[in-house]
Amino acid sequence: MSILVNKDTKVIVQGLTGKTGTFHTEQALAYNGTRMVAGVHPKKGGETWTSGLEGAAELPIYASVGEAKEATGANASVIYVPPAGAAAAIIEAIEAEIPFIVCITEGIPVMDMVKVKAKLEKSKSRLLGPNCPGVLTPDECKIGIMPGSIFKKGSVGVVSRSGTLTYEAVFQTTNAGLGQTTAVGIGGDPVKGTEFIDVLEMFLADDETKSIIMIGEIGGSAEEDAAQFLKDEAKRGRSKPMVGFIAGRTAPPGRTMGHAGAVISGGKGGAEDKIAAMEAAGIRVSPSPAKLGETLVEVLKG
Amino acid sequence: MNIHEYQAKAVLKEYGAPVAEGVAIFSADEAEAAAKKLPGPLWVVKSQIHAGGRGKGKFKELGPDAKGGVRLAFSVEDVVKNAREMLGNTLVTKQTGASGKVVNRLYIEDGADIDRELYLSLLVDRSVGRVAFVVSTEGGVDIETVAEETPEKIVTLPIDPETGVTAEDAGRLCDALRLEGEARADGLKIFPILYKAFVEKDMSLLEVNPLIVMKDGRVRLLDAKVSFDGNALFRHPDIVALRDKTEEDEKEIEASKYDLAYVALDGDIGCMVNGAGLAMATMDIIKLYGSEPANFLDVGGGASKEKVTAAFKIITADPNVKGILVNIFGGIMRCDVIAEGVVAAVKEVGLQVPLVVRLEGTNVQLGKDIINNSGLNVIAADDLDDAAQKIVAAVKGKN
Repeated sequence: MSILVNKDTKVIVQGLTGKTGTFHTEQALAYNGTRMVAGVHPKKGGETWTSGLEGAAELPIYASVGEAKEATGANASVIYVPPAGAAAAIIEAIEAEIPFIVCITEGIPVMDMVKVKAKLEKSKSRLLGPNCPGVLTPDECKIGIMPGSIFKKGSVGVVSRSGTLTYEAVFQTTNAGLGQTTAVGIGGDPVKGTEFIDVLEMFLADDETKSIIMIGEIGGSAEEDAAQFLKDEAKRGRSKPMVGFIAGRTAPPGRTMGHAGAVISGGKGGAEDKIAAMEAAGIRVSPSPAKLGETLVEVLKG
Repeated sequence: MNIHEYQAKAVLKEYGAPVAEGVAIFSADEAEAAAKKLPGPLWVVKSQIHAGGRGKGKFKELGPDAKGGVRLAFSVEDVVKNAREMLGNTLVTKQTGASGKVVNRLYIEDGADIDRELYLSLLVDRSVGRVAFVVSTEGGVDIETVAEETPEKIVTLPIDPETGVTAEDAGRLCDALRLEGEARADGLKIFPILYKAFVEKDMSLLEVNPLIVMKDGRVRLLDAKVSFDGNALFRHPDIVALRDKTEEDEKEIEASKYDLAYVALDGDIGCMVNGAGLAMATMDIIKLYGSEPANFLDVGGGASKEKVTAAFKIITADPNVKGILVNIFGGIMRCDVIAEGVVAAVKEVGLQVPLVVRLEGTNVQLGKDIINNSGLNVIAADDLDDAAQKIVAAVKGKN
């Protein structure tokens, strides 16, 4: 099994006709035939999108998410719409009752996400992101911008707030021969759809996921919340071997480090507190981001 | 983006928040006229820098017994005397770091008769994804200390974005701050005003410390610290116009022109990395092996050769940099593009310090070939661990 996406996931693209949307849709189609089924553009309904890659695959474009869902039976949407219009795109997908929405866009105003979050709470949809690399289940489905070539089907669940650190974890577990069930990038924004706890719950429930790598960073308290969740679950007998990493031990307080959510403010959100909480929940926290795979192999040996 | 106190108060005043009358000045010659515009008999002369702790701060150029960055004055002459002493000097506070900040602007404000000092702030509470009020009866002191020592004295109230501040919310905030009589009536009006300003102007922090109850029972914002969400500035040209570039690091301003996320730090190893998380992790691993990073720099997901060249120039322009580590995990970012950018930049600006390059991911072999065939003195690394050890060794060897 895997989590969130598999070979049956049918994906529509909001923002397909732009440069970013086109590039990553071509890559997704090239990745073991991820089922990209349509694009959405309010003014280009009825047109056809053509891939620039070999085979020149074509996708129909619909004027709205609702129409695209109706026509294709899509159960997921990926959003590459620029920041100013991205929140409206998410809300359109929520209102069309798309079960799984992935927003890649970086730079959405926080206040827009506050509005999205309020709508999301009353909806049937799950949102991943924004400002995230997406999700990938090896050999089955790639939504977003992760490089497919470094993946290998296997037993590790990867969840991370950082895109490139997700790739480090994936690459290292591939090299260690372990492979992945699914890698999930939850994104670097302060207000987002899916949190660590949601993904950890899914990995704990997934039989094929035998171990988990969780990568956090400074800012907020999502790692501490996740650690508390894992402690509570362990008391009920649910636990899996875990390796962790926290980026930003050397970050100065009060400065935003690239990701909008990566900032130590008011004395809160520092790396040391997160590492302590994760270790107390039984996670082996690697001091080096280069040793995630190695550390996991050690943990699995016991 | 941060703005000065006097600018923040002007923004909030437009929404109807009660602030004192005041005049901002840029030179001591303006002090007398500014003071005369206010009624007296009490004036406050406040240093305008983008850092907190001004009142307890000390001026570098003045003796240890000199007064701090916020001073009371009891006559117009007194205002002028203080302005002369403060302007152009360097204020060191808890938040400025040892180097301090030069005071280029002062805010001359009408004094207030303070009865009680309270704390109020608005921020985005990530755990619930809502804007929240944080209030405390313990104002005028460092709120982090209150949080540490008496957390029960801090009340947090998240606001439902679909209703805004309800009468019930405002009442709860008044209760938490023990506002009564006229002060309570003021509070009921002020809380929705501040929330509206926060949301409409896309603030990321609005801190009023202290919020005061005056002897006449009225409530006033004695201080105001406001930061804005950088991602929302595109819809607020009026706020962008308030930007004071003298408060920002020159290298950071240059980096922002190329859409590079850059933060200047105190160490000696310059870093160029793709992805915010990996960029932080690269800083961390440099520290792990015994050195300190000179900067955080994320070139982003889709950097061009020009962007990489600009990034390289910014790093090498920092005189503290004794070595450079380029760490790229190419997903969308292709390693050959990075390699071309690095080679072009080195050829243009020269290379006076050791350079370690670690490339991984898309087109990695192509990238390595470009570096190896460039004839440049570049140290290649296999992985992040190897790269960090090599740059630290190279820099320490040089010392």
